[in-house]
Amino acid sequence: MADNRNIWVFIEQEDGRIADVSLELLGKSRELAGQLQGQVWALLAGHQVGQLPGQIIQAGADHVLLAEDPELQLYRTLPYTRLALDLIEKHRPYIFLIGATPVGRDLAPRIASAAGVGLTADCTDLQIGDYTNKKERRVYKDLLYQIRPAFGGNIIATIVNPNTRPQMASVREGVMHALPPDPQRIGTVETVTPHFEESDFALQVLSREMRPPTVHLKDTPVVVAGGGGVRDTAEFQLLHDLANLMGGEVGASRAAVDAGLISRQHQIGQTGTTVRPRLYIAAGISGAIQHRAGMNESNKIIAINTDPEAPIFQVAHYKIVGDLSEVLPLLIRALRAKAK
Amino acid sequence: MPYRSIVLVKQVPDTRSIRGEVMTADGTMNRAALPAILNPEDLNALEMALQVRDQYGGTVTIITMGPPQAATVLREALARGADKVILLSDRKFAGADTQATSYTLKCAIARVGEFDLVFCGRQAIDGDTAQVGPQVAQKLGLPQITYAESIVSLEAGEIIVQRAFDLGTEVVKCKLPCLLTVVDSANRPRPASARRRIRNKLAAIPSEIPALLAQWPEFGDPAALQSYLQKNGLAIPVWTAADLAADEALLGLGGSPTQVHKVSYVVLEAAESKEIPATPEGIQALIDELVQEYILG
Ligand SMILES: Cc1cc2nc3c(=O)[nH]c(=O)nc-3n(C[C@H](O)[C@H](O)[C@H](O)COP(=O)(O)OP(=O)(O)OC[C@H]3O[C@@H](n4cnc5c(N)ncnc54)[C@H](O)[C@@H]3O)c2cc1C
Ligand SMILES: Cc1cc2nc3c(=O)[nH]c(=O)nc-3n(C[C@H](O)[C@H](O)[C@H](O)COP(=O)(O)OP(=O)(O)OC[C@H]3O[C@@H](n4cnc5c(N)ncnc54)[C@H](O)[C@@H]3O)c2cc1C
Repeated sequence: MADNRNIWVFIEQEDGRIADVSLELLGKSRELAGQLQGQVWALLAGHQVGQLPGQIIQAGADHVLLAEDPELQLYRTLPYTRLALDLIEKHRPYIFLIGATPVGRDLAPRIASAAGVGLTADCTDLQIGDYTNKKERRVYKDLLYQIRPAFGGNIIATIVNPNTRPQMASVREGVMHALPPDPQRIGTVETVTPHFEESDFALQVLSREMRPPTVHLKDTPVVVAGGGGVRDTAEFQLLHDLANLMGGEVGASRAAVDAGLISRQHQIGQTGTTVRPRLYIAAGISGAIQHRAGMNESNKIIAINTDPEAPIFQVAHYKIVGDLSEVLPLLIRALRAKAK
Repeated sequence: MPYRSIVLVKQVPDTRSIRGEVMTADGTMNRAALPAILNPEDLNALEMALQVRDQYGGTVTIITMGPPQAATVLREALARGADKVILLSDRKFAGADTQATSYTLKCAIARVGEFDLVFCGRQAIDGDTAQVGPQVAQKLGLPQITYAESIVSLEAGEIIVQRAFDLGTEVVKCKLPCLLTVVDSANRPRPASARRRIRNKLAAIPSEIPALLAQWPEFGDPAALQSYLQKNGLAIPVWTAADLAADEALLGLGGSPTQVHKVSYVVLEAAESKEIPATPEGIQALIDELVQEYILG
């Protein structure tokens, strides 16, 4: 069978709001589809979500598979797996992408296991390229390079799925870029009817309480982050002041979160948010690999640290060796003077 | 009502202690410098299973797939309270991705027989995929509850579990048997008890017997030691591909649909950097530069 070259994106939505990562994946898929000369398909499931396909097409989809059913209102592993599997088996897309969110990390391995295909976790980059299997002496053309950190961020692995379709990957939030909505884009919508079995309902959701993200680290131009070198809340307030003056957001290393200086939503790094702002200021942050994994692609990095040997300086564009309790007020003062 | 629990644990290099000396100058990793530990979230999974046993009775059986050295984490699990441990070890298992790993684990669970609950850690700190739990569940045809933080109730063939995410919680009710993947906020794993540690010090797989005998010559010969271990429940069984009646095409490297194309080690890139003096003038000049370059606007 000749491969079709279509890329599918699983659209995660809750209460009719599409997850950012799904829009980011549509944006990335357009780029990949251009290289593969395939189409971008979106799989949208839910209850009363018929208003969403327009937004999905504007974000980059050519074709939307729309499954609406009261049983799909809240995400549950088994009904969603059944739906996705049936459609995958029918169409065998070339690539299947999903956000590495709690939903994606629950659903993707289940689908991959049932479909008998390879799955790469938590990718931070996707590319198209060729792969040579030396043992088989065989060259595979135009595979999906699934690029991901592992070993606690200490290595970057490029993984391929040469023989199974779809090539599946879950992708970290915030690393791909959504396209600006294009009202001119046209696409088609196909309604699909899910077929469930009794065993798909072994699990029931009794209650679900999700907070909307109140921190918008991903699309802010400036992140001012504090770490274990920040001694108390009074010092941490300096970071808030600086972020306000710069029109940015406050971030933190895990040490600052663990010390209770700020909520976990602000954590940057491997187990926090990945950011790529125009300017990243790291104050009292040593630069552990797990932290750098979330910020080292920032456009410019300023590091403030009392220890001239701190590893953070190796990724910094501007090194300030000094005590943050002195340097931050200087920055604040200089900015205030500018504003006048 | 007693519950039969199975806990899947993995031996991992302690990637949390990666520091300068572990990363060599050319950016490769000196793995031998990393201590091998029981994956942290698997301790949370074990603790949850032990609490079920404390409250309702039953058994806790541990399974790990790994090289012979992984027997160490099984002794650790015994010292923390597990009833029974099994090592899955065979060259044919090597090089497995999560599909082949979960297939192997599924075969082993099927061989253990009847069970009510399977516990996994949410994620291992080396492979970092969090895929094995859901894939084992799928292969066993079980419902799964990922991100499990606490068991709210357990009765009449049903479990109610609270799941925890960064941005919220969910409470679900599920029929048994089912599989849970446990997060690190679930509990504080109990430490190994000294009594249990001493009692299980001799627990060993067959290939460890010569070394054990060198340490304890009073047992006389390997056969005598082996039969002592058998009698005292200290012989750790090792199951191979043949024991699992597994389809060999689905094991190890050959059974893995994913292939590693390239691995690169993260090296600190020395960015082109400027030293800024921590003085009012230095900082003022920095702000001016950032504004001029449109980085601050
Ligand atoms: C699996 C795993 C996942 C992880 N995920 C993350 C993650 O997502 N994000 C994350 O950040 N960490 C993460 N970590 C933790 C990480 O390894 C580090 O422990 C953490 O980043 C350390 O934070 P820190 O550098 O702020 O604190 P510390 O290590 O305490 O460093 C403090 C720094 O501040 C400097 N300093 C002290 N006083 C001052 C002062 N007055 N002025 C200026 N500088 C000063 C010190 O020289 C030092 O460099 C993870 C760890 C593991 C094992
Ligand atoms: C750099 C690198 C990248 C990789 N990337 C991928 C990838 O993207 N996709 C892929 O399919 N494979 C990948 N692998 C292979 C993968 O690490 C192995 O298959 C591994 O055996 C299981 O995956 P994990 O460590 O991610 O475990 P996780 O899925 O994170 O483990 C979750 C839980 O499953 C249980 N468990 C996991 N392994 C075992 C075991 N051996 N014995 C008993 N219980 C266990 C434990 O309870 C554990 O807490 C990668 C390996 C490396 C070295």
